[in-house]
Amino acid sequence: MENLIYIFFSASIINNFTLAYFLGLCPFFGVSGKLDTAFRMGLANIFVLVITSSCAFVLNTYLLTAAPYLKLISFIFVIASTVQLVEMIIKKMSPALFKALGIFLPLITTNCAILGLALFQVNREYSFIEGIVFAIGAGVGLTIALVIMAGIRVDTELAKVPKLLKGVAMNFLIAGMLSLAFMGFAGLFSST
Amino acid sequence: MSNQPSRFNDELVKGLWKENPVFVSALGLCPALAVTNSLINGIAMGAATFFVLFGSSLFVSLLRNIIPKPVRISLYILIIATFVTVVDFGLAAVLPEIHKALGAFISLIVVNCLILGRQESFASKNPVSASLADAIGMAGGFTLALSMIGGVREILGNGSLLGYPLFGDNFEPWVIMILPPGGFFTLGALIFTFSWYKQRVENKKSDSPDQETTFESWVV
Repeated sequence: MENLIYIFFSASIINNFTLAYFLGLCPFFGVSGKLDTAFRMGLANIFVLVITSSCAFVLNTYLLTAAPYLKLISFIFVIASTVQLVEMIIKKMSPALFKALGIFLPLITTNCAILGLALFQVNREYSFIEGIVFAIGAGVGLTIALVIMAGIRVDTELAKVPKLLKGVAMNFLIAGMLSLAFMGFAGLFSST
Repeated sequence: MSNQPSRFNDELVKGLWKENPVFVSALGLCPALAVTNSLINGIAMGAATFFVLFGSSLFVSLLRNIIPKPVRISLYILIIATFVTVVDFGLAAVLPEIHKALGAFISLIVVNCLILGRQESFASKNPVSASLADAIGMAGGFTLALSMIGGVREILGNGSLLGYPLFGDNFEPWVIMILPPGGFFTLGALIFTFSWYKQRVENKKSDSPDQETTFESWVV
C-alpha cells in the first residue's frame, strides 16, 4: 500500500510528467489557452493512460516475451486504437468539447506522455495494480500542470508584456518557473 | 522541369531557418528539451531523428499512391515505428553509452510530432526528391536547434562544451540549467532571440531604422 502511494505521488507531483520529464508538451502548450478545455483534456488523457497501461501490461507479459522487437509497434497500435475510441465517445457525448479540443484530440496518439508511460512501466517492471496507479498518477499530474498553466495564461492575456515575448516565448518562461516550483517537492519522500 | 534544382534547394533550406521545426513551428518539443542537457546528447538525438525522418519520408513518398486514405495515419506510424526500432537496436549495439544516456527517449521518437507532421503534410503529397530534400532540411533544422539548446545548457550548467571544461576553477556551474527548468528557460530565450532577429530584419526592410530601438515599440 505504501508503495502504491509512493508511486502515485511520485508520478503526479514529484516527477511530474510534463514539468520534469518534458512529456506531453504539445497539449501543454496547445490547449492550455482556456481553463475549462484544459481540465477536460486532462481527463481524456487520464482515461487513455489507464487503458494503455493495462493493455501494455498484458502485451508485455504474454506477447512480448516471444518477440521483444515488436514492443514499440504493438504499444503504438494499442494507443492509436484507444484514442480512436475516446474520440468516438467524446464526439457522441459532447460535440462542443469535441470542437474545442480540435486537432489535439487525435494528437493524443502522438502525445509522448502516453507511450512514455507504457515504456517506463515496462522498464520499471511494475505489476498490474502498480501500473494502473502509475497511470492515474501520471494523468493527474498532467491535468494539474495543464490547469495551472491555463490559469496563468488566462491572467497574462491582459498583462502588458513586450510584444516579442508574448506567445510561445513567454509560455516557455512560465513553464520554466512552474518546473522550478515543482522541484521543491523533491524532498517529499526522502527515505525512499 | 527547369526549376527542379532551385526547388530542391528551397525545400532543403526552408527547414533550416525559415520554418525551423523547433523555433518557429514549436514541433518535437519533448525530445528537444528532455535530452539536451549536453551538446553531445543533442547531436545524437538529432542524428537519430534525421535517420528516422529520412527513411520514413522516403517510404511514405514512394508509397503515396498506394496507401488508402482512411488508414494512412496508422500506416505512417507503422513505417516510423519500424525505423525507430532499427535506430534503437542499432544505437544499443554501436554506441551503448549514448543509448543509455538517451534512454526511453529514443523509442519516443515515434511520437515526435515533427516526423508524423512532415509525412502528413509533405511526403504524402510530393515526389521522392522533394520529400527527401524536405526531410534533410527539417531534420537538419531540428539537429541545429537541439545542438544550440544543448550547447547553451552545457556551457552554463556545467561550464564545459563536449566534455571539455571551458572556464577556470573559479566558475560556479549554474546547475539549474541542466535540470528540467533550464530547458524551458533556454528554449524560451532562444525563441525570443529568433523572433527579435526576425523583427529586426523586417524593420530594416521597411526603412524605419529608429522604430526598433525604443522600448515603447516593444510594449503592446
